[in-house]
Amino acid sequence: MATKNSRSAARFMMAPAVILLLGWMLVPLMMTLYFSFKRYLPLRGDSLEDGLQWVGFENYIRFVSSSSFWPSVLTTLIIVGGVLVITVVLGIFLSLLLDQPLWGQGFVRIMIISPFFVMPTVSGLVWKNMFMDPTNGFFAHIWRFFGAQPIEWLSQASLPSIILIVSWQWLPFAALILLTAIQSLDSEQLEAAEMDGAPPIKRFFFIILPHLSRAITVVILIQTIFLLSIFAEIFVTTSGAFGTKTLTYLIFQRVLESQNVGLGSAGGVYAIILANIVAIFLMRIVGKSLDA
Amino acid sequence: MARSVSTQRKTFNTVLAWAVGLVIFFPILWVFILSLKAEGDAIRTPFEVLTSGWTLENYTVVQERSNYSRHLWNSVIIAGGSTLLGTLIAVPAAWSMAFVPSKRTKDILMWMLSTKMLPAVGVLYPIYLMFIKLGLLDTRTGLVIVLMLINLPIIIWMLYTYFKEIPVDILEAARMDGASLREEILYVLTPMAIPGIASTILLNVILAWNEAFWTLNLTAATAAPLTAFIASYSSPEGLFYAKLSAASAMAIAPILVMGWFSQKQLVRGLTFGAVK
Repeated sequence: MATKNSRSAARFMMAPAVILLLGWMLVPLMMTLYFSFKRYLPLRGDSLEDGLQWVGFENYIRFVSSSSFWPSVLTTLIIVGGVLVITVVLGIFLSLLLDQPLWGQGFVRIMIISPFFVMPTVSGLVWKNMFMDPTNGFFAHIWRFFGAQPIEWLSQASLPSIILIVSWQWLPFAALILLTAIQSLDSEQLEAAEMDGAPPIKRFFFIILPHLSRAITVVILIQTIFLLSIFAEIFVTTSGAFGTKTLTYLIFQRVLESQNVGLGSAGGVYAIILANIVAIFLMRIVGKSLDA
Repeated sequence: MARSVSTQRKTFNTVLAWAVGLVIFFPILWVFILSLKAEGDAIRTPFEVLTSGWTLENYTVVQERSNYSRHLWNSVIIAGGSTLLGTLIAVPAAWSMAFVPSKRTKDILMWMLSTKMLPAVGVLYPIYLMFIKLGLLDTRTGLVIVLMLINLPIIIWMLYTYFKEIPVDILEAARMDGASLREEILYVLTPMAIPGIASTILLNVILAWNEAFWTLNLTAATAAPLTAFIASYSSPEGLFYAKLSAASAMAIAPILVMGWFSQKQLVRGLTFGAVK
């Protein structure tokens, strides 16, 4: 059993990690909160040394009432929602497929998992230039081969294009987690159902899908947290043009491009609140698995 | 009784799975193919691309013109350094939570996880400002610290779940035999913990290698790792498909191979143990 001695040793060993994470969480957060109540335009000479003007909730109100706010919320929701639907539906399909006996399963798995390891700037640029470019892209060649006018993907169909790129990156993640979950399914249950004459559709909806529900929830929550803050894919493709400005990108522009730190910080606080709402649900599920 | 499957059905599954797999893998394959073509050939129709000659020229051009190896080295230092530093800090923390749990252990773990949920953009300016004041902007040191901090919760969680699987009885037996805390860690725990630590390092090197928010916003020419270097191709001049492909291929190849070896750890690491 743990002695008093080992307890204090344990506390000592945890200290560095706890202190670092506490500092990492609190210091920048406090600064963002502080800036969000201030007028802070570094390019116009505002500086921390001279003291910043207190403006109350003005930044919060201005951020929400600016003409780019609601479009950016809508864009964020469309991208996150679109990617979630595509990755979960195709992920279930892929996991069912990979669970079947087939030749070269290991190799197929490697091909399917690969996009997840491609850095976001590479996948953004590769899709933008080598596939979606309206003159020399792969799709343009295919379109012309069939006598059709090539689509200007990232300007005419900007949101579907971004959703396609991001889905390609996250589909492997969904498929791999769902596959792991499917493989833990008791195969005797399925065999029993099969012998009792349950058709494949029924076996899927009454046995497999309920078994997967927890894994699907985990996929949705984790992806939502990551998808809410996608940045590089938009940065290298459209730079926020053509209606692809997400909330994250809008805040980035306010803070670093136009250097309106107060306004951007207020936006940052909104983003933190939004992410925390999702996080609470995820934490509950993870917390349960700790007890198990 | 094992499920018997007809050869016919297995053949169908195999064909379907390979077709789907090839479609998903195709963009990566295409990048590798284009990287071995002359610039003039790389923009032609897919059929013409495949039938044109092959060359290794792009790889040397990318290195000569853009000092590719410098950015590669930056990536190695940043991804490797942040992961190793994080692991050094995380191992004692995870060890103590796994083997000397207290009532608060679960709360601490959950709290650590919650720091991972903080959207980076929400604290972009504070970090940016601190980097300016501390002279860390566009330095590898700065990025090693930031990436270490953002991955620390995942490292601790992964190590914790691995350590939890080590049987406690063995530790108690060692204690009964009079092993000190130091000996216990060195001779009993370490050999059993090494596979878990290795997997944790592997996954976190991958995550740090591909991190593209802080690396894009906190570096310029000097400390830019491959993520930021590749982004400089977003405003191209003239023909650049083959060179972009060569640069991309070199940036993703090492991590792709590491990724293939880390499939299982990926699930465990990114679901925080919620799916095993």
